[in-house]
Amino acid sequence: MTSRKFWTENRPELFDKYMGGAGAAAALLREEVSARTDPLSPENAVVLAVGPLTALYPMASKTVAAFKSPLTGDYGESHAGGRSATAIRMAGYGAIVIRGASRSPVYIAIHEDKVYFRDARALWGMRSSYTVGRVIREAEPGAGVRAIMRIGRAGERLVRYATVITETYRHFGRLGLGAVFGSKKLKALVISGKKSIKVEKPQEYRRVYREIYEAAVKSKLMRKYHDIGTAVNIVPLTRIKALPSLNLKQATLQGIEEVSGEALAERHLAKRVACAHCPVACIHLAALREPYPDEPYFYKTTFVSYDYELIYSLGAMLGVTSTRGLLKLIEAVEALGLDAISTGVALAWATEALEKGVVVASETIAQLKWGDWASYLKAIEYIADQPSQFYKTLAKGVAQAAREYGGEEYALHYAGCEIPGYHTGPAAHIGYAIGARHSHLDSAGYSLDQKILAASQQPPSPQELVDKLVEEECWRQVLSSLVVCYFARGIYTPETTAKALKPLGTAVDSAALRELGQEVYKLKYRLKLELGFNPDSLKIPKRALETPTPLGKISESYFKEAITYFKHKLSKMMA
Amino acid sequence: MPSRRLAVVDVDRCVGCQLCMFACSRRHGVGGLENSAILVRSVGGVERGFTVVVCRACLDPQCARVCPEEALKPREGGGVVLEPSLCTGCGLCREACVIGAVMWDDEANKPVICIHCGYCAQYCPHGVISIEVRESAS
Repeated sequence: MTSRKFWTENRPELFDKYMGGAGAAAALLREEVSARTDPLSPENAVVLAVGPLTALYPMASKTVAAFKSPLTGDYGESHAGGRSATAIRMAGYGAIVIRGASRSPVYIAIHEDKVYFRDARALWGMRSSYTVGRVIREAEPGAGVRAIMRIGRAGERLVRYATVITETYRHFGRLGLGAVFGSKKLKALVISGKKSIKVEKPQEYRRVYREIYEAAVKSKLMRKYHDIGTAVNIVPLTRIKALPSLNLKQATLQGIEEVSGEALAERHLAKRVACAHCPVACIHLAALREPYPDEPYFYKTTFVSYDYELIYSLGAMLGVTSTRGLLKLIEAVEALGLDAISTGVALAWATEALEKGVVVASETIAQLKWGDWASYLKAIEYIADQPSQFYKTLAKGVAQAAREYGGEEYALHYAGCEIPGYHTGPAAHIGYAIGARHSHLDSAGYSLDQKILAASQQPPSPQELVDKLVEEECWRQVLSSLVVCYFARGIYTPETTAKALKPLGTAVDSAALRELGQEVYKLKYRLKLELGFNPDSLKIPKRALETPTPLGKISESYFKEAITYFKHKLSKMMA
Repeated sequence: MPSRRLAVVDVDRCVGCQLCMFACSRRHGVGGLENSAILVRSVGGVERGFTVVVCRACLDPQCARVCPEEALKPREGGGVVLEPSLCTGCGLCREACVIGAVMWDDEANKPVICIHCGYCAQYCPHGVISIEVRESAS
């Protein structure tokens, strides 16, 4: 970015060793950053990588971004779909590395072999990320075979949990990739292409493709993402009292059924759309019809994409059960380019801090009160605009805010990353703690908890629990190196994955795949440790110990024992 | 004689998954999009829906009329057949098609023409496109 230069390199060894995706991205990032790298300096790098199944099989629809996270200060990894992955591969690339920083706002346009640095001064500061997409859509070629990844004002203003948005409704959501873009004065990256990929055995390829396609459209495995979408989880998680609400003072919320997946589908679902090369179409868009107050019979209708995590963070955590209020909050974080989870958790902490007098109304400006979505709507704007010292701090994440203002016992984060929406039991929380991204998607502890609950069992020993979580996280490294959407994990079993790779000329068995998963896992942790992550510093928020889960209260000693064992296990794995 | 034509049945059902585009390339034995004769793009952003661009199998195809080399010949039942050895890659056919359904192979510098085989329709999970049988073409 600094010298506005580009070049291509052949790095077959990376893709031979790690296949692509998360493995290749982490390896490339490791060449760029160290413990001393300031995440918002030109020395940080952004890596975007796809994998060998991208553009070849259904549901291999994700791009992996790797960067040093400005939110946590250690390894940042975030996945997004839309058309990003197919566009990168169809433009002819396995990975893209962005270094340095521009002096003035630019966007990068990559059309196959040609790369352009385009002036973006006129796009900087634009109110809505929707408009940015619209402008670039008109200005660039490649309609239908391109992705437009862009930031909103939150990214420009370096909110540490700003997102990069692609195809209007998909995001590199977590850990602040948007702020890294902003620090490089990179408003957007548009990439297009329509190349072909030779396969070694076309007939076998077509046959395996058909099998995977049939499984995707006919089996029950994908049904839940297809019908009601991820929001289908609101009802069952409320029923077992595992939905973090009101800053996790409780794990259920009266009235939440108003914004359940079923209720939203019945009253607001307008259409469903898909990522490129995915038949599932899990993206659910609600129609929000709003009258203009100044003129009768004058309306605007916008389409707002909702998912479970957004209903959790901007609904349950803030006590918002009005569909109109919730949809407006979602629309606001989209327009600004903020991570919905981190924003909701930060505002939930702020609300409780205000309640308890840890902060005062002159600092929050908006009179934050559970359920009062109009106030939250203002506060969301303040996080981006940062009109006061309080919001400048809140824009650095809930961990930083609690360090400066107090209320750490109810600041819900792991290693600085705000918690996702599952208070299902010890596996969820230990999973957030030890996951390389501190994400619920690292090892799906919530799923493990619910299996234990369904079988009416007690949680296993902390050691056994950690073993299971690490095993799952290792396997997921295979999926995210290929790169397959985690929603399709039930279809891409080790056997099916090996079968899919074979006609492409890659002969591996399930055992070799599992080994690859371990290698990528170790690589990521090696990088994390090099960047300064210290497992000793992992703490469970006090609030998470106080509010009972469906499996009872989590005991602090259980958590500590798990972390100690994890440290031990990690050093053994690394040796 | 009855003939087959690929028809866009209901574009409002399209979710933009583009499986049809990938299917078209796969039919040629490759992955990706290079030789795809069908294009799905949004109508000014995903939020506004999609358009499916593909040959309509015109009975009197303008693309064939403008070809100076007679490389595009009307196909029985509608649409055209490409004879690549006659094509000079002048691009007049592409300009002539008002719906933009003459795609282009940049590597070969020749048009990509839908042959209405229906392979893509087998991979449309939402009933947007399907093969239609025309009873008699005249």
